[in-house]
Amino acid sequence: MTAPLLVLAWGNLSRGDDALGPLCLAALREQLPENLKAQVEFLEDYQLQIEHALDLIGRQRVLFIDASLNCAAPFEVTGLQAAQDASFTTHALSPQALLQVYQDMQGEPPPPCTLLAIRGEAFELGEPPRKAALANLEHARAWTSQWLLKAS
Amino acid sequence: MTFPLETAAHPEHLRRVAIDPVSRVEGHGKVTLLLDANHHIEQVRLHIVEFRGFEKFIEGRPYWEVPVMVQRLCGICPVSHHLAAAKAFDRVLGAAPVSASATAVRRLMHYGQMLQSHALHFFHLASPDLLFGFDSEVAKRNIVGVAQAHPEIAKKGILLRKFGQEIIRITSGKRVHGTGAVPGGINKLVTLDERNSLQRELPQMLAWAQDAVDIAKQLHAQNPALYNNFGSFRSKLMSLVRADGAMDLFDGVLRVRDENGRILFDQVDDQRYLELIEEEVRPWSYMKFPYLRSLGAQLGWYRVGPLARVQNCDFIPSARAEIERQAFVAWGRGEPVHATLAYHWARMIEMLHAVEVIAELLADPALLSGDLLTSGVRQRHGVGMIEAPRGTLIHDYEVGDDDLVTRCNLIVSTTHNNQAMNESVRAVARDYLDGQELTEGLLNHIEVAIRAYDPCLSCATHALGQMPLEVTLLGADGTLLDQVQKSPQGGLTRTT
Repeated sequence: MTAPLLVLAWGNLSRGDDALGPLCLAALREQLPENLKAQVEFLEDYQLQIEHALDLIGRQRVLFIDASLNCAAPFEVTGLQAAQDASFTTHALSPQALLQVYQDMQGEPPPPCTLLAIRGEAFELGEPPRKAALANLEHARAWTSQWLLKAS
Repeated sequence: MTFPLETAAHPEHLRRVAIDPVSRVEGHGKVTLLLDANHHIEQVRLHIVEFRGFEKFIEGRPYWEVPVMVQRLCGICPVSHHLAAAKAFDRVLGAAPVSASATAVRRLMHYGQMLQSHALHFFHLASPDLLFGFDSEVAKRNIVGVAQAHPEIAKKGILLRKFGQEIIRITSGKRVHGTGAVPGGINKLVTLDERNSLQRELPQMLAWAQDAVDIAKQLHAQNPALYNNFGSFRSKLMSLVRADGAMDLFDGVLRVRDENGRILFDQVDDQRYLELIEEEVRPWSYMKFPYLRSLGAQLGWYRVGPLARVQNCDFIPSARAEIERQAFVAWGRGEPVHATLAYHWARMIEMLHAVEVIAELLADPALLSGDLLTSGVRQRHGVGMIEAPRGTLIHDYEVGDDDLVTRCNLIVSTTHNNQAMNESVRAVARDYLDGQELTEGLLNHIEVAIRAYDPCLSCATHALGQMPLEVTLLGADGTLLDQVQKSPQGGLTRTT
């Protein structure tokens, strides 16, 4: 049975602050209360791809988590709407474009989706996340725990 | 080394145009064009700006960690790195060949990866250009545009890719960060339920893969002038083939054909690849330029990937794909097909072959039971080679007595195609840009040529908003003359 809540994070654990999304996901998974386990599915990937539209089917709410070089510290939360954009690279298939694909394929609006962008600074291969990024992550994790409680 | 249009005689008098980064490829690439006052092309280079540190990332690690760790080198073909590393450490453990079950599970994983990667490229990355045209409206020229105009094509692409990824999940244990292949074998078999669930989807996948070959073939038939000539040039072709000359994307011996299709080298043991290949460093790119050692850098460069593999083999050992290979070869009228855009057609033939191989493997009882691991006499050195979706992938390791990796050399598929991608970009620049004012559509022609190779320039890094397309014009004295940015919505903004 499909869990009503989906948390989808992407990034590379070996590329510095790019790990923020997967690290946030891992922390949430670890501390998820027992009574919520059937309510939430956690998914992780290296990058957002078009087939993730299939993962949105049957959800009540979806939270996307990614590292961002552009958002304000410690994190930003944005409500997402389906939108057609150029999606110049496969890396950068935007959550908005993914929702548009869902809408085009399913013929219905996607479930309510939220983007959590966690501020990062550097994405070098083999580097650990920076201290500032980990501090941002802690704020984001606390916010996400509350989001999960409210959403469920 | 001197290649036409690689280095201008007097760059100080020329205007510089940069396409940075190249879009809809994996990683970060940049194209620079030097133009004279009459907009004539004097120099064209594809730079790879972020291709360092992979070996350093691995050296000093315990060997058993490496097949899992190398998946983080590349977010788009992690399975290829996973399997190439495992194959190399089979040699270090003296465990080659691994058991029949390990071979079957690994092959299934690999052909699942081939299927999902080729589906992603053709349906999601290339189809916007191929279906709408290279000059079409930029806001529509993307997968979302394809999904709106051709929903059935977009859906097939998504579901083919999903099927390939499900194979990866089942064989590697997880959707990402899989651990299925380990030095000396595998750590799990496929269950009966898993096997049956995949088999149920096979007829549909086979039909869609056949449809994709037909689409690619039709594109060539409808516009042969474009598809035969766009970014085209003659080159040597290199790939692994099975010992009997059949296509084998998982294992084999190296074969090279010359520009006329004659076999130059054959039956080269993958452990001895350094006797065949050497790499050259050029000061303007982080990516090396491999070439055939005996011919030198000027004459010895070659192409890898689907275009090479489909023509390098003597036959494809699966019925439908072999019919399509013969049609492809016939298109060349006795000569090898050198057209850059033919990569798409060849890629779809391989995707069809991958589905056929998956069907065979799913019927193999070794998937469900048998030995997981093999052991033997420990060695210090091992090479793992595989035909990754983009071409020949080489992992080469030395391991100390303390089990730590002491030396590592990786030659990834896209590196083999470095010279070829530069040649394609130069051919397009000569044919389409010389003497023209630069427009987004014209610049996209260059990107189309690069995308045909499905290059993986460096992967798995990203951040929201990090990927604008920027074109900069500099005067002969370095003065900024013009700067254009392409927004995430596809609009062009002039900042000067």
